[in-house]
Amino acid sequence: MWKTILRRVLIMIPELIILSILVFLLAKAMPGDPFTGSINPRADPAQIHHLMAIHGLYDPWYQQYWNWVAHLFHGDLGMSYEYQEPVVDLIQQRGANTLWLALFTMVLTYGIGLPLGMYAAHHEGKLQDTLVRVYTYVTMSIPFFVVLVIGIWIFGYALNWFPTSGSVSAQASGLGGTVLSRLDHIILPGLLGALFGTVNIVQYLRSEVIDAKHSDYVRTARSKGVPMKDIYRHHIFRNSLLPIAAFAGYSITGLLGGSIFTEMVFSYPGMGLLFLNAINFRDYTVITALVLLYGFLNLLGTLLSDIVLSIVDPRVRVE
Amino acid sequence: MKRDIEDATTISKADLAKLTKEANEEATPSRLKIMWGEFKADKPALVSLFLLVFFILFVIIASEFIDVPKMMETNIMGYYNKPFTPDYWLGADAGGRSIVKELIVGSRNSISIAIGLTIISSTFGICWGLISGYYGGLVDLAMQRVYDFMMIIPMLMTIIVIVTIIPHYNAITLTLILSIFYWMGTSRLIRSRTLAESQKDYVAASKTSGTSNFKIIFREIMPNISSLIIVDTTLSFAENIGVETGLSFLGFGLPMGTPSLGTLIANANDPENITQYWWTWLPAAIEIIILCLSISYIGQVMRRTTNAAQRRGQDQK
Repeated sequence: MWKTILRRVLIMIPELIILSILVFLLAKAMPGDPFTGSINPRADPAQIHHLMAIHGLYDPWYQQYWNWVAHLFHGDLGMSYEYQEPVVDLIQQRGANTLWLALFTMVLTYGIGLPLGMYAAHHEGKLQDTLVRVYTYVTMSIPFFVVLVIGIWIFGYALNWFPTSGSVSAQASGLGGTVLSRLDHIILPGLLGALFGTVNIVQYLRSEVIDAKHSDYVRTARSKGVPMKDIYRHHIFRNSLLPIAAFAGYSITGLLGGSIFTEMVFSYPGMGLLFLNAINFRDYTVITALVLLYGFLNLLGTLLSDIVLSIVDPRVRVE
Repeated sequence: MKRDIEDATTISKADLAKLTKEANEEATPSRLKIMWGEFKADKPALVSLFLLVFFILFVIIASEFIDVPKMMETNIMGYYNKPFTPDYWLGADAGGRSIVKELIVGSRNSISIAIGLTIISSTFGICWGLISGYYGGLVDLAMQRVYDFMMIIPMLMTIIVIVTIIPHYNAITLTLILSIFYWMGTSRLIRSRTLAESQKDYVAASKTSGTSNFKIIFREIMPNISSLIIVDTTLSFAENIGVETGLSFLGFGLPMGTPSLGTLIANANDPENITQYWWTWLPAAIEIIILCLSISYIGQVMRRTTNAAQRRGQDQK
């Protein structure tokens, strides 16, 4: 198993290097220079020239890339031109918001998906199974941003049940009040994300449980007189749930990608909204940092999933 | 060879015709026939198939009669015109533009891009999966590494960055950019099926008799997994409608002045529009929902035809 993990981590290194080169080249391709906005527009061009030379902007690209990577390792992602703040600080503030929303969505997704998948498998071929299938078909087909818009329209504006923007209301006071207000702001986006994100879990779990139900070991257990309830609890779920747990890492990619839409529709001040603002203001340091961070998180997510999978399923291990 | 058979057989024309007819009746029907039978057995699927084809044709033909630059002009007289009036069936937006016309042209644009994206990305994904799965070994390993790398790229962000960097782009360039990022799902599916398929005897036999790899892949393996390809392409078409519209919704899809279903729904980003002027965005949202549901329903029906146990059309015969 350690071999698998080691191999997986080693594969990660070249991926990370290529990703960083790609992000760096994208940043280089963007128009403008890092001094835009930070100096007086009437500054002497010779002075700008001098500044560019000092900061190594005339060096060949590999030299610049190397400097950039060196700064990255010191935790220095540069300054945001728009906010005039270090990018690291910005990401720390916004990242917490995105993280809470993502965690909340994930808990809800599993909370809805697991029982539904088991329920459908339990009632295989009956009406309940068909209903669950209709549910997965509908949620799978509709583009998520349309769901968000209609959701905020009905539950945010028309029924006025949930706030339609921000991450915490200004009136909230005290620790309890702040937490409640935060929760209030993430319930609707989190619930929508979860309800429309369970397809993979439900379909996978349903087919796994059905496979297990018709397998030899279950038949043996039944013929020995073990009650069906115990078979489900000790045999079927144990076998079917573990791979599902491993999918949590993969779902990070989906959650992060979706966060851009969610945060835009709900004006939720997380990293997705930060990214959209940065694009609109051509705030290059922020853009570069966020693309790299999202890529890195995707990488960690798949790594985590692969490791968990190799722990629970010996078949995927390298011998 | 042919001559020998003709000489050796003394079968009459009429008998031959009769035998051929019997053989054809006995034979398993072709895939297209099975699919058609399945659609005939499932009335909702047949209805949605006809509606979809009719709708796409209508949108393409109708948008030919609409003068797009004139349509996109601001008309102060029509400012937020109410829907269900003779001039504006579905009302007008903040610029006094008719929503119906914008819907028709926008649907044409969005559907065309989705079709283009599906064709390009599916073709690429299919070839990638076939080659990776057929050759296996080092080729497969290298191609899988590229696949893994594509999967960790933050897709949406990278597309937005590329779209911002490129100074001028149109529907075609946008389709090409999107295609770079949307072939992985297809390639993975095709690869795993090809891996299984290339273990089969007919492939080994072909190899032994010296058939070229190219011919084995595209003339032998591909036809055998064609039903999977058709189903996957249909389902990705439904998905791809969400790709361009989602990007346009964020403001990074089609350039300004080119309506899309996404830009229409983006009207809802204005709190005033979403609460008071529902007709500026709701029709587009409903249209996307119906479109995606019907396409993916058609895909589900097609998927049933690939699995004989699930078919409904068979028992009619």
